[in-house]
Formats: sequence, structure tokens, C-alpha cells
Amino acid sequence: MRYLPLNDADRRQMLDIIGAGSIDEFFSDVPVEARGGSFDLPDHAGELEVERALTAMAAKNRAASAGPFFVGCGAYKHHIPATVDHIIQRSEFLTAYTPYQPEIAQGTLQYLFEFQTQVAALTGMEVANASMYDGSTGCAEAALMARRVTRRKKHILSGGLHPQYAAVTRTNLELVDDQVIIASPDVEAGEDPAAMIDDETACVVVQTPDVFGNVRDLSPIAKAAHEKGALLVAVVTEAISFGALKSPGEMGADIVVAEGQSIGNPLGFGGPYVGLFATRQKYLRQMPGRLCGETTDAEGRRGFVLTLSTREQHIRRDKATSNICTNSGLCTLAFAVHMTLLGAAGLRRLATLNHEAACKTADALGAVPGVEVVNKSYFNEFTLRLSKNAAEIVENLASDGVLAGVPGGRLWPDDPKAENLLIVAATECVTDEDVEMFASKLAKAI
Amino acid sequence: MTMNAQGRPTRSDAPTVNAAPTFTGNKALQIEEALIFEVGHFAGTGVDLPEPNGGVDRLGGLNRNTDIGLPGLSEPETMRHFVRLSQKNYAIDMGPFPLGSCTMKHNPRLNEKIARLPGFSDLHPLTPEAQCQGALELIDQLAFWLKELTGMPAVAMSPKAGAHGELCGMMAIKAALEARGEAGKRTRVLAPESAHGTNPATAVQCGFIVDAIPADKTGRVDLAALKENLGDDVAGIMVTNPNTCGLFERDIRAIADAVHEAGGYFYCDGANFNAIAGKVKPGDLGVDAMHINLHKTFSTPHGGGGPGSGPTVLSEALAPYAPVPYVHFEDGKFSLVETRRAAKAEGESAKSLGRLTAFHGQMGMFTRALAYMMSHGRDGIAQAAEDAVLNANYVLSRLKEEMTPAFDGYCMHEALFDDGFLKDTGVETIDFAKAMIDEGYHPMTMYFPLVVHGAMLIEPTESESKRELDQFCEALLSLAKRAKAGDVDAFKAAPLHAPRRRLDETAAARKPVLRWTSESSVQAAE
Repeated sequence: MRYLPLNDADRRQMLDIIGAGSIDEFFSDVPVEARGGSFDLPDHAGELEVERALTAMAAKNRAASAGPFFVGCGAYKHHIPATVDHIIQRSEFLTAYTPYQPEIAQGTLQYLFEFQTQVAALTGMEVANASMYDGSTGCAEAALMARRVTRRKKHILSGGLHPQYAAVTRTNLELVDDQVIIASPDVEAGEDPAAMIDDETACVVVQTPDVFGNVRDLSPIAKAAHEKGALLVAVVTEAISFGALKSPGEMGADIVVAEGQSIGNPLGFGGPYVGLFATRQKYLRQMPGRLCGETTDAEGRRGFVLTLSTREQHIRRDKATSNICTNSGLCTLAFAVHMTLLGAAGLRRLATLNHEAACKTADALGAVPGVEVVNKSYFNEFTLRLSKNAAEIVENLASDGVLAGVPGGRLWPDDPKAENLLIVAATECVTDEDVEMFASKLAKAI
Repeated sequence: MTMNAQGRPTRSDAPTVNAAPTFTGNKALQIEEALIFEVGHFAGTGVDLPEPNGGVDRLGGLNRNTDIGLPGLSEPETMRHFVRLSQKNYAIDMGPFPLGSCTMKHNPRLNEKIARLPGFSDLHPLTPEAQCQGALELIDQLAFWLKELTGMPAVAMSPKAGAHGELCGMMAIKAALEARGEAGKRTRVLAPESAHGTNPATAVQCGFIVDAIPADKTGRVDLAALKENLGDDVAGIMVTNPNTCGLFERDIRAIADAVHEAGGYFYCDGANFNAIAGKVKPGDLGVDAMHINLHKTFSTPHGGGGPGSGPTVLSEALAPYAPVPYVHFEDGKFSLVETRRAAKAEGESAKSLGRLTAFHGQMGMFTRALAYMMSHGRDGIAQAAEDAVLNANYVLSRLKEEMTPAFDGYCMHEALFDDGFLKDTGVETIDFAKAMIDEGYHPMTMYFPLVVHGAMLIEPTESESKRELDQFCEALLSLAKRAKAGDVDAFKAAPLHAPRRRLDETAAARKPVLRWTSESSVQAAE
């Protein structure tokens, strides 16, 4: 077997040195009835066979690059520079562990420090951690953090929050018997989350651009929250929007949670992704997750270490801020590399290109009879109200080579009002031909 | 002097000198590297993007008008920056990485290649089902392998990491108790003192109270103490098996039976499943839930601390509470059940505990893990477990000469030592570990498990050859001898040859500097 260096002669010799008769002696504590089970699984296979079988499976899927593609809602198709994948495949990054021995992990630690700085700058916040699993679990952690900060047990989730983020947050909060109010889907951004905040509210969670693509002004919500002693948790699922939109920090957010996939990470059928998590300095010690900090070594040279680990499970055990143990290591590296290439200037231009692509797509689709663009404002994603069931249209267009977007029924299967909604994303990857093809096929299907 | 055919000397006759500091601070291949923010280029970029057309603005007046303040480096500068950083890291591809409990085994590159097939990597999670049948099939197949290897009837695939899998399992237990109307009464969770920190942290996150169970003299759960603690207020136990001392819990059936008789559930921390995979089915041990770290047992790369993946197998009793989404197969077609209500309509998961993450879990880890499993096969997975256990026992046996094993007898996949052999030397576990760095090894896990004084937990894995293990053991034996010979100063000073000497962690925590600012660069320049 190609992954195992020992051969039978080695094994015999090692057993002799140990003084054991056979390998089975090491397993003698296993209850007899649990030994020697049978497994209905194939034996080992060569690279060629494995590659052939899994390539056949991959071929049954429609890659985003295979044709006109307009699907978003929390995961976005963007171009990733070739440099990114090369760097994350370097052995020293790919096959390293968590940097618990900082003397031989400065590579990982320094990029985490750079990543934290990038995230703080993008979100407009004072401090950021070394990442969460993804945006949705980060959102749940933010609500739990607000609970610790405010010592309150009521959470208000905006109707513009991605419903899967809302579900994850509710699942986590139900465990500790908190009250979770999820506003109904707010397609036209007409709700007033500020009005729902009271003296018992721990946090109000608002996404911008929201799941329908609307750009939301968080400032009045932040003001209302702070007046009642509650926190504003801002959620961003499209990180490219940081290059165009006023940052949540500027608008008064207390915790910012974002999905960082758009920067450096492929769609990958939903994971692994990278959760960005940033907050105000004053809440630092209630923050979950790993943190990397600057210090000096015994010779006075600058170096980096994991720090404030007294918040974490391996030190604090049942008193930890979270049970989280990993971060999204390699995905943070992909983010950091792509962001280093982009810089603020590149990110701004990329954001503008995204916005222009979305405007062009919205204009073309909005001109189709039976199609109405719902949004007044948007960044690179918007919602259409169709005269027909959107899921059927999506299926129809998919078989015709166009992945048209996310039908409302996929995200809100229990809400008949969502049936005719189609959420469409357009990024820098969309071409004029893609837009024309989408519009003409949509016209035919409707 | 020896000359080659061209008359060039083949050997240096330069006199030996002590290394003076270099002008750059570099040491040959070890090159000092600034932060990207110190390189500058705050107006620059390393990507070529087309000029925008201009003229459209539908951002609702919420444009970003303030500086973002992040540099953009050209491609060669970016490449050099990150390559230089990479060279300051130790990695499994460079040498033994014997971190106990972490399972640093070889990461096959076939797995990376498979994960990057466009059909997997460039696939949107909300692609219509008809256009992602291959992805759903892959999840279904991986689930089949995991169920077969564990002997458990169900598996939740979405947990994002081991700790997230623990959360999933404990949530399923809580949901089952709720269904029985006992959630209010059963509030205690028992976990051994030797447990991973994630266990108590997870239980608390689920609203439980945690009580520690002591270990017996052999390093295993004290069955009598466990039984004394059981009652109708106990939700369940969390036991790692093989445990964090590297030992198989030989009373595991009795433990499971006692907990079940008391009306509780058995959560098994599967962090050490790699020791028994293909040999023992946790389902035969009375387990109700167990997470599997794909990044340990099934070799998806650790990536400097993530991403992980923690599918969680569930017993018949807990399966109805599995989280959404899950893959369903009917009439030759795969589909996804994505909401609680849909699960209810399915009738399969009437009381699903809810959703743990957006989308479907760590697909990129699923592809890698399945490639690894198919490569190893049933026979190879068992052989890998056997070799891991053999390697650990070999290390235990050889190091016994100078070091002190924490417990008598054989171990499973990791060998645990205490600091008894360092008694009165002035050298502590951390010093011993740091001295290993100078010898070219990543240290073992230190000071864990907590039940052993100055613990050193060595997990060689199946990826090490006998030759590599021999050199490793000889290096550790020589260090142990040096410590006993009174060479304490050298240990306190170690490491001397790493990119950095010991770092001041106290200062880092006292006055946290967690990001670069323009002021901090001024300080650095002064």
C-alpha cells in the first residue's frame, strides 16, 4: 500500500524489539465480541482507479464555469488568481498543524496576523479573529457573544438574513433556551428592525446586502440598539461588497460576521469556507475563536503567537467562550493571498465591476415581459419577481445551459409568497453574451 | 586541497568562525520577512482588471467613501512574501510531527487533485439537484463508508470540524431527551478528567453541567466512580476511546451499559478512531454518537489549523434527531432534505435538531477523505491502524530506556510519558520539547492529558518508516541523557536554530497587539 512505509520484515523486527508476539496483543483490551468485524467495503485501489471513479462522479456535476452562471445567496463565483492555489498547496502551509509551537510556525502566524488586519480594515472594526468555520456558524457565535456581553436572552433576526444563517443561529440559541425572533422574509427591505428592539434584547442581526440583494443602512438600527443597550450584529455574505459599500463598522455595528469565500476560495459545493469575525476592542475578551498577536522572542526580534487563549476550550474547558477548536486555516491563507494581490485598489475595482455586471443583468432581465426587478438598491445580487414559479423556470433554464439563480422556494420552501422570486447574482465572471443568453432564454421560458 | 577535473576546489578550507549577525538579519535560507503593510503599495494592486465603464450607481447612497487602507502587492512580491513565510513553518512533509491526539499523517496529493476537479471545486451549493447528482452521490458514498466502518446506522455529514461534530452529537442527545420529556431533569454530563477541552466546552454550549470522572490507576475511566455518579439527572457521558492516554477503555461495554441503564446516552469522542478504524466498530461498543475527524483519521490536511470536518455517526436511538440537510436516495435519484419541515414530511427525521451550518458541510474535505478511503480500502485502513499502533508501541518500547511511561503495558496509537525522568534535572517538559525543535522535530503534545504530570504524548502515526522512528528515538534518548547529565542551561535556551527563539507569550496576552497599524510600523522602524 503506497501510503505505508513499513513492510512485513520491518513489522516482524519491530515486534521482536518490543517483545510482542503479534499485533493482536496490542488490541487485547478490545472486548472479544467487538473484534474482527466484517466490513462490506472494497480493498485498496491504485491512483488510476480512484481517480477514474471520482472523476466520473465529478463529471455528473455542472461546474459554474461551464456556462452562463448567476447563482449566489451566500456563495459566489469569482475569479481566483493562479498564485493563490499554488501558495496554499505548499507543503509548509498545507501539512502544518495549528501553530502551537510558534518558533517553528511563524509562517502560519504571520499570515494570520496579516489576515486579522485585513479583516479589521475591510469590516471597519478594531479587532478580528483568525476566522470561524464559515459565515453562518460565525453568525450563531456572534449572537452567543452578544448574550455574554449583554447578559440578555432575546435575539432579533432580520427578515433579510439568509434563512440558513437564521436557522443555524436559532438551532444554537435554542440549546440555551434563548428567545429568537425571526422576522418574515423581507423582500423589499421594508421592515424596521429598530422598532423590534426592547430592553431585553441582546442583539439584532441584520445582513447587508441582504439575502435579496438590498443594500441596508445599518446606522439607524445601530443607534436604536445602542439606546436600548443591545448590540448590532452585521452580517455580510458577499465579501467583495466591502470594496463598494460603507463598512458595517462605519455604520455602528458591534460585531461583524462575514463569509469570506468570495476572496480566494472556490465555491466547493458549500465548504470549506472562511468565517470573518470582527468586533470592538472593548468586547475582545468575549470573542470566540483563535487570535494571533504580536510579541518578541528571546533575542528581541518581532514574532507572533496565538494569544488570549484563556478564552478558549483547551485552557478554560467548561468556561470557554466557545467550543471552537479549529479555524479555517488554509482558507484564511487563500483569503490573505488573494487580498494581498487585490489590495484596496484592486478590491474597489473588482467591486465596481461586480456592481456594473449586476446592473447590466438587471436591466436586461427587467426588460423581459413578466419579470420585475424588486430591489431599489443592490450590489451584485438582486431579486426578480416572475409571473411563474421560479423553481420551474430555473430547472427549465438549467437544462438549457443557464444557471439562472436561486428560486425563492429553495430557501423558503414553506412560504408560498417566495415561490415566484428568483435571486440573481452577477459577478465579474459574467460576460455580455451570458446576459443576452439568460435574457433570451428567460423570455422564452416565461 | 581536493580539486575536481576543472581545477575547482571541491572542499572548503575556510577557517571555522563563529557566526556573526548578518547585515540583513537573514541566515542563508532563513530570510526575514516584513509584513505586507510594511512593504507599502497602498495604492497598488497585483491583479489586472478591466477598466469599469462607470455611470451606474444603485448602492442606495451607501458608498464606501473612506480609505480601506490595505496594500496591493505585485504578483512576484506576493509570491516571494508567502514563500518566505512558508519556510518558517514545520510540516509533516518535512519530518515527523508526533503531536499526540492530533494525528499528523501523510496527506496524499491525489486527494488534492480530486478536490480540485471543477465538478467538485467549481460547484455552487445551491445548484439545482439535477445538475449536482455526482456531488450528492459522493456525499452518500462517503456516508456509506463511515457507517460501515463504525457499524452505526446513520451519519450527520454537515459538522464543520471535530468540535462541531461533538456539538451535533450532544444536540442529538438533548433532542432525544426533549422527546422523552426529560430534558429539564437530565442536566448533567459526565466526562473523564482526561477529556479534550472541547468536551466540557461543548456540553456547556448545549446547556448541560459537566462533572468530571476520575481515572483509575491504569489511566482508564474509573468504572466504580462513574457508576456512583450516574442517576436520573444524567443526560449522558462523553468518553474518548481509545482515550487521551493512548489506551483502549477496556470496560467500555460496561460503561455503555451502565449509562444506558441509567437512561443516559453515550457520546464517544472519535478523535482517536484512527487507532481502530477497520478493526473495531464503535457500534459494537454501545456508542450512541461519535464524531469522526476526517482531518485526522482520513488524512485531509490540517492546513495550519483547519479547515476540519467532523461527520457524526448516530445510533438508532439518536438517528431521528439528525440535523438537516441530508442526502436522500430514491428511484435512482439523489435529493437533499434541507429544512426541518421537509424532514418531517420525509418521515425519516421527524424531530431533526435543526441546522448546524449553511449549505451541506465540508465538501472539499469529503472529496479528499473518500479518495483516501478508496485508496486504502478495507484492508489498507486496517493495516494503517495496525501500523500506527505498532509504531507507537515501538516508540514506547525504545524510549522506556531513558524516559518514564505514564502507565504500564502496551499503548494504542500514541505513547504517553510523564516528566518523572526529568525529576531534579531542572529541565521541564516544555524545555525538553523545545530542544526537540533544534533536533529537527516538531515537539509532541505537551501537558495533555491533564491527568499526567508534565505529560508528553507522542503519536507517530503509520506514516513513519522504521528508519525515521529509529533516528527519532535516538534523538530523544540523547536529549534525555543530556538532561540527566545536568545540561539544563542548553534546554532552557532552546530552540537556538529555529527561525525564532522562545516567544514572550505573557507580553502578547498582557498587551494584545492583534493587527498592524501605521503607528506600530513606526515603532518597528525605530
